Amino acid sequence: MSTALPVIFATLMGAAILAYVVLDGYDLGVGMLMPAADAREQDVMVASIGPFWDANQTWLVLGIGILLVAFPAAHGVILGALYLPLAGMLIGLMIRGVAFEFRVKAQGWQRELWNWLFWLGSFVASFAQGIMLGRYVTGFEAGFGYLLFSLLVGAALCGGYVLLGATWLILRTEHQLQKKAFAWARWGLAWVALGVALVSLVTPAISPTVQVKWFDFPRTLALMLLPAASIACGFWVWVSTGQLARGVSAREWAPLAGSVAIFALAFAGLAYSLFPYLVIDRITIWEAAAHPASLEVVLWGALLVLPFIIGYTVFAYRVFRGKVRAGPYE
Amino acid sequence: MEATDAVLLARAQFGLNIGFHILFPSITIALGWILVYFRARYARSGDPHWLATYQLWTKVFALSFAMGVVSGITMSFQFGTNWPGFMNTVGNVAGPLLAFEVLTAFFLEATFLGVMLYGMNRVPGWMHMGATILVAAGTTLSAFWILALNSWMQTPAGHVTLNGALIAGSWWQVIFNPSFSYRFTHVLLASGLTAAFVMAGLSAWRLLRVQGDAAARRTLRTGIVVAAVLAPIQIAVGDFHGLNTLEHQPAKIAAIEAIWHTGRGVPLVLFALPNEATRNNDFEIAVPKGASLILKHDAEAELRGIDAFAPDAPPVAPVFWAFRIMVGAGVLMLALAWLGAWATRGVRAAPGWMLWTFAGFTFSGWVATLAGWIVTEMGRQPWLVTGVLRTADAAGRVPEAMLGASLTGYAVTYSAMLLAYIVVLTHLAGYGSDGAAASAPATAGAQA
Repeated sequence: MSTALPVIFATLMGAAILAYVVLDGYDLGVGMLMPAADAREQDVMVASIGPFWDANQTWLVLGIGILLVAFPAAHGVILGALYLPLAGMLIGLMIRGVAFEFRVKAQGWQRELWNWLFWLGSFVASFAQGIMLGRYVTGFEAGFGYLLFSLLVGAALCGGYVLLGATWLILRTEHQLQKKAFAWARWGLAWVALGVALVSLVTPAISPTVQVKWFDFPRTLALMLLPAASIACGFWVWVSTGQLARGVSAREWAPLAGSVAIFALAFAGLAYSLFPYLVIDRITIWEAAAHPASLEVVLWGALLVLPFIIGYTVFAYRVFRGKVRAGPYE
Repeated sequence: MEATDAVLLARAQFGLNIGFHILFPSITIALGWILVYFRARYARSGDPHWLATYQLWTKVFALSFAMGVVSGITMSFQFGTNWPGFMNTVGNVAGPLLAFEVLTAFFLEATFLGVMLYGMNRVPGWMHMGATILVAAGTTLSAFWILALNSWMQTPAGHVTLNGALIAGSWWQVIFNPSFSYRFTHVLLASGLTAAFVMAGLSAWRLLRVQGDAAARRTLRTGIVVAAVLAPIQIAVGDFHGLNTLEHQPAKIAAIEAIWHTGRGVPLVLFALPNEATRNNDFEIAVPKGASLILKHDAEAELRGIDAFAPDAPPVAPVFWAFRIMVGAGVLMLALAWLGAWATRGVRAAPGWMLWTFAGFTFSGWVATLAGWIVTEMGRQPWLVTGVLRTADAAGRVPEAMLGASLTGYAVTYSAMLLAYIVVLTHLAGYGSDGAAASAPATAGAQA
């Protein structure tokens, strides 16, 4: 039990972080797309994420909470090494969170100001998360090359969130705004391709551990399914967006599903590269794990409560399904 | 024990963050239940004015909730960045409590807040009522877990040491530790008072702008009545809480009462300038034997002073003063609430000077809450977990420059957010929803 528990918690943490990236990713993406839309479209965009953004962010708290609770020894190392981008992300999330609420209640130039801050906060938070990812997969190494890499990953993650946001809008909106979203989605997709390629090439290049894992024939052949599937999903997003734009398809969920699949595949690849390390080549999940007694308590609690959380989250998405028309909440 | 600059900066940053954060739960915990009341009144009567009231205060709730969520996320990270020693030492106890807060409370309140804010036209009335109740329950549950943790840090119990690791022996004793029930009740009542004064204050502000506004008169009365009922209960609970502290954290009481020296027949200090250098009070005005009498109910009883605990004693002056600010604010709030309740009895309108006073007291709950927070947290020093872990030993090794830079960033962000929050709130109260229920959904009344 005590060797399995850290694996279970690493899986739970990974699932929570993936859920966060996908869920908050689309609403951060919508935030970043604000300047590209006119005032009426902005209201619709904000309304499309209104009921969800609070709960979406909670997955971040859960992911970081599991890191804190289950792997206290790694928590300090990871968050300490990411201190400044983390502070940037938190300030970004704060600004966008309150800007979201304030913009509804403001008019005129004040509304413009909050719109701008909503964009800025979304962008800063996304970019900082990308930098954190870049720093994390390179084991927090210092140097100009690593910095440049982190900045590129930051830009790519912004593009990834724009892809999620745009495909979310394709599903939830119609007419002119939906047409714009087709173009946004393809633009985001290009950035995702760059980001995934970059991380896939750089991580094995700098870590022998990762290199051995991926370039070990004949296992490599099976592993190549992962990038192949990612490319197929990217292709699917591109094609389905084009079909929707030309009106030859009605599968408005397809681009979003394809984008989510790309994120899930990229995440699976990263998880495979890193496992069993929490800090690459330094701290494994077993070294960092908390006492089994406290892990067991949390596990039972999580197994008991998570089905309810998933249940009412699905319920909330069902309640608000369909095209968004309304402006702010009544 | 050495308080290096980095430790001070880490404390300043965390103190700023937690002090900012606590402002908003202190409103939402109780406001959530007041919204349940408004929602129920609307469901029973179908009166669109109750709906308008509900919708206006839902906006205040949503705004406060968002402020609490974003500053709360920051806190969840700062546990690790600022206090890595905390999780390394007591993580096996603190971790599960935090995890249960996220699992049982955060998702619940955040998800159903979406249904509550945007779902009135999309779900049946009973379901919307249910969402409102679940949001309120979520905020209270959140308070339950975080106060269980905070109380455990004040008065740890139920833990054992096994092979060098501190783990929970009995979760029941960990959660229901000696100070928990007192602190939980004290904080819930504080939230009730804070929300009540925000409601009364913003309604008074509204009445000063739009005379005779029916909705504002009703919410003014609601706020006043809630405050008038809760204030005396809070003072009584606070007294019990103090006696509990005397039993379990006597050093904190010594700081609160500025008792430097152990002795019999200890005077009750009414005013003084506590002097850390001379370890004495300057300009002391005291009631002879008063402290022994009120704390031990015996004029000759012995009370331990700071000297009995040094060097593990809290700083006296900030605790002494914060306690007096808290009690002073509480007494003023009680007096104003009772005066207001008398003046608005029946259907009487509050006079103009009283409206101005309530408007001025809108955020009085914040003053009392923050002061109380300083008393309990500073009063625990130099411990982070009493008798188990010192604050200085839990601090991380983040470079001072980084701490300073991020501290500045947080301070600027928080100041701007707080300013915007207060401006938007007063704007909402002053100009929003002109007593009309124009936005009432046609079907909601019938469904409710």
